[in-house]
Amino acid sequence: MATKDDIKFLSNPNIGSQKKKYCRFKKFGIKYIDYKDADFLIQFVNEQGKILPRRITGNSLKYQRKIATAVKRARHLAMMPYVADLLK
Amino acid sequence: MRNYEVTFIVDPVLSGDEIKTTAQTYLDMLANEGCTIVYTDEMGLRQLAYPINKRSSGVYFCIEFQSVDGTVIDKLELALRRDERIMRFLTAALDKFGVKYNADKREGKIGASKKRIKPITTLEPIAPPAPVTPHESSTFVPKVKEEAAVETTVSDVSVPEATVAEDVSAQTETVETTSSTEE
Repeated sequence: MATKDDIKFLSNPNIGSQKKKYCRFKKFGIKYIDYKDADFLIQFVNEQGKILPRRITGNSLKYQRKIATAVKRARHLAMMPYVADLLK
Repeated sequence: MRNYEVTFIVDPVLSGDEIKTTAQTYLDMLANEGCTIVYTDEMGLRQLAYPINKRSSGVYFCIEFQSVDGTVIDKLELALRRDERIMRFLTAALDKFGVKYNADKREGKIGASKKRIKPITTLEPIAPPAPVTPHESSTFVPKVKEEAAVETTVSDVSVPEATVAEDVSAQTETVETTSSTEE
């Protein structure tokens, strides 16, 4: 017979206790986002090159706007693709 | 004074001299308009993320400059638009943080993108494996595998062998008992 203590570990204990997201720009004091730095901006797009929403990246609204602008500028300068497949 | 930054892509089919002169014409033009050029970054030949004018690569230039007012931008952009050697251009106004970022980058304070974020996380030095003191090793004994633990403690001599042996035997006993219950 499986007791209550055994059942406890049948499911992943880490589910439900997710790490709190945070805005890295606020946390580390990054004030400027360079549109020429495509390697950095690639963290904020998905595999198709679409800009990830704030609820996934955890950015504050102020810096999410800056990220979006920087990504769009980088796309215009062909440093990042407008459309892609398997970008990462 | 306002700070601007113009980035443009020059056709890579041109010879090296022609590419240089193309960039130089815009530097001269800005200087003639009374702008002070802060920095010229020759980013060199880069692969484009998507083809422009059936070219898959381009020579990138970035000029950071100061201007009294924005009237020069119109003239500059018109010239860039008319120039067939220029594949793409982008003019951006820099705020004070942008100016500081570019200055820091020039001085090498800001490295690659990944380093820009990680230094803060790695600032707390990862504690090097402390030299194993006899006291610590003795506390670890019950947790580590029996044989290895016994060897280390014996070499350290701090713990009398008898106690270790007792511990080990006690552990093995418990293991046996648990296995028997499982059966």
